[in-house]
Amino acid sequence: MKDLIYLKDVVTLRVDTDKCTGCAMCLEVCPHGVLAIDEKRVRIGNRDACMECGACSRNCPVDAMSVEAGVGCAAAVINGMLNWQGTACCCSVDPNNPSAGKAAGTCCS
Amino acid sequence: MKACANDSSNKQGLLPMAPLVACAASDSEVPLRPPRLEQTFVTGSVAGPSGKIPQVLSVLKRLDHWGSIKARWGVGRMHYAVDPGLYALGSPQECSPVLVTANYKMSFDCLREALPGRDAWILVLETEGINVWCAAGKGTFGTEELIRRITASGLKDMVKHRDLILPQLGAPGVAAHLVRKQSGFKVHYGPILARDVAAYLDANLRATAEMRRKAFPLRERAVLIPIEIVATLKPAMIIIPILLLISGFGGEEGFLRNIAHDGIFSLLAFLCAILSGAVLTPLLLPYLPGRAFTSKGIAVGLPLAMVLLYAWGPDLRSWRNILFGGAWLLLIPALSAYLAMNFTGASTYTSLSGVKREMRWALPLEIGAGLSGFATLLASRFF
Repeated sequence: MKDLIYLKDVVTLRVDTDKCTGCAMCLEVCPHGVLAIDEKRVRIGNRDACMECGACSRNCPVDAMSVEAGVGCAAAVINGMLNWQGTACCCSVDPNNPSAGKAAGTCCS
Repeated sequence: MKACANDSSNKQGLLPMAPLVACAASDSEVPLRPPRLEQTFVTGSVAGPSGKIPQVLSVLKRLDHWGSIKARWGVGRMHYAVDPGLYALGSPQECSPVLVTANYKMSFDCLREALPGRDAWILVLETEGINVWCAAGKGTFGTEELIRRITASGLKDMVKHRDLILPQLGAPGVAAHLVRKQSGFKVHYGPILARDVAAYLDANLRATAEMRRKAFPLRERAVLIPIEIVATLKPAMIIIPILLLISGFGGEEGFLRNIAHDGIFSLLAFLCAILSGAVLTPLLLPYLPGRAFTSKGIAVGLPLAMVLLYAWGPDLRSWRNILFGGAWLLLIPALSAYLAMNFTGASTYTSLSGVKREMRWALPLEIGAGLSGFATLLASRFF
């Protein structure tokens, strides 16, 4: 079965090729095969497959990867807008920082 | 047992222990207690430097399975946790691998069940009963907590190597290079699925490309359905009586006769919308048109609404029926779309930026269709 892909041209993922040392740690942790490596420099191979989980940027020892990490959960966004602590799923959001403090994504698996 | 096979790789990286991060002490004033031996799934204990370490088996008991079923249906799910700390799976030695997981009991059970006949250390992090991926996104399955547990568990005295195997989906919360720097332990990201861990260990800590990809197969989508349905129960308890009540008014027949006709249809239509958004959309996800979940929800909800109305076969010469049918033609797709949109949180591939973009057009559409549908439903009662 083909991989499921979400919306086009929307993710905030960036690679700073000047900083990249080609250690490929980001390739290892990416759950959607977004990144590729050419001549010891990482590049974005499949941007639309990125889900902004932030694994790559968290594990980049030289800060070459950047992404506004968060969990793509509509319920969490709504709860954040309403200033509620989520209860429906584990998508509880920190109302002060709706894009950071979520416990969701695949809430229940 | 192959655990000692990669001893050679352990000699590297014995960095001096850096002083513990400042927050370790200030964050939690409570001293980190070792996991209790009295937990139902603990079968024995092994001796550790500072007391007994609970021992577990890879075979799950009936109680463990029952707990999983309940958690899938949302019963006690928020507290379905094991004590954090170090556990012994089988009879691990000082060269046995150390596997790190979350303290959501289903995560813990899943891991040990995947390692029959193996000996390993399982280091459980305090994630407040939330699974690895969610907890990593939140940061509770994170660098600080990992370092804290390494220290508190006395792991350094239990194993002579300095390697930890973490699930790949823990990576959003853990910075491997910082763990190495601050604890001396090297983080190896293992496969995404627990069922691949044995193969990963046998392959000398190498995962295939396939093990590193998060797919979203039918089975995984299906197990999420119960919790989606449970989430609709509470609002449904309020909405259903209101729908029945509304349906009773107006018309030439009496209140109760109206409820028996239009009320039952309203109930069916409402359940149909839930079926569409919370059951059929997740099941058919890859085959539905559009990338936005809202589109997928409409793609199921609209045809379903038309089939339902066709089966009802109203007399279209009356305004009452035209408006009533029209209302549900709006309400079913709107509700289905909304529930489908909320399934983004359970899916494994939606980005926050994407969800925000979808919501910018989808939420007004869903609310608009919902409100005009409801207004039409009310209007139909005046004929």
